[in-house]
Amino acid sequence: MWTDYLIWIFLIIGLIFNGLGTIGLLRFPDVYTRLHAATKATTFGSIFTSLAVVTYGFSQLYLTGNSANLTLSLHTIVAIAALILTNPVGAHAIARAAHRSGVMPEQAVVDKLAEVKK
Amino acid sequence: MIEVWFLAAFILIIWIILSTVRAVAGPTLPDRVVALDTINTLMVAIMIVLSVAYKQIIFVDVAIVYALLSFVATLYIAKYLEGGI
Repeated sequence: MWTDYLIWIFLIIGLIFNGLGTIGLLRFPDVYTRLHAATKATTFGSIFTSLAVVTYGFSQLYLTGNSANLTLSLHTIVAIAALILTNPVGAHAIARAAHRSGVMPEQAVVDKLAEVKK
Repeated sequence: MIEVWFLAAFILIIWIILSTVRAVAGPTLPDRVVALDTINTLMVAIMIVLSVAYKQIIFVDVAIVYALLSFVATLYIAKYLEGGI
């Protein structure tokens, strides 16, 4: 069925973006660039691997008529909503905490947020 | 079609092991927190993929609860780094 190709495409996009996020986490020079790579790429990739599961559930529901597949798809959509809501807020909190605890970017010479800190 | 999901979970486990390198070797404390956040997100993805591989829908519910609890843990560690606790 044609949804098999869609599942393959979603899984490959998700795995590639998760890998790019991990490589960026390993290779970038300081906290802020590592946070930039890891959070955005990993959230995007996890959304796409979960979309592959949603597509699988709906296609199996259409093929077999088993209602457990509908449960799988709807619960996975709730998990995607939890990822989208929680991941950017956590990344913002980590960046704010890193700046407040005194970690500077790799080649920074001025800190224009210094007077905001206190 | 089942082997595809196990293969995807295996590749995601490889990414988790690579992230663990940064969590162990990170020079500063926020580096380790970033690596921990990445590992949490990848763990949610692995649980969702394995729920199809093992045909257990309960894994997805575990993934939802894991995502919300890891969010609370990340906020708590960030609050600690700011010096609020």
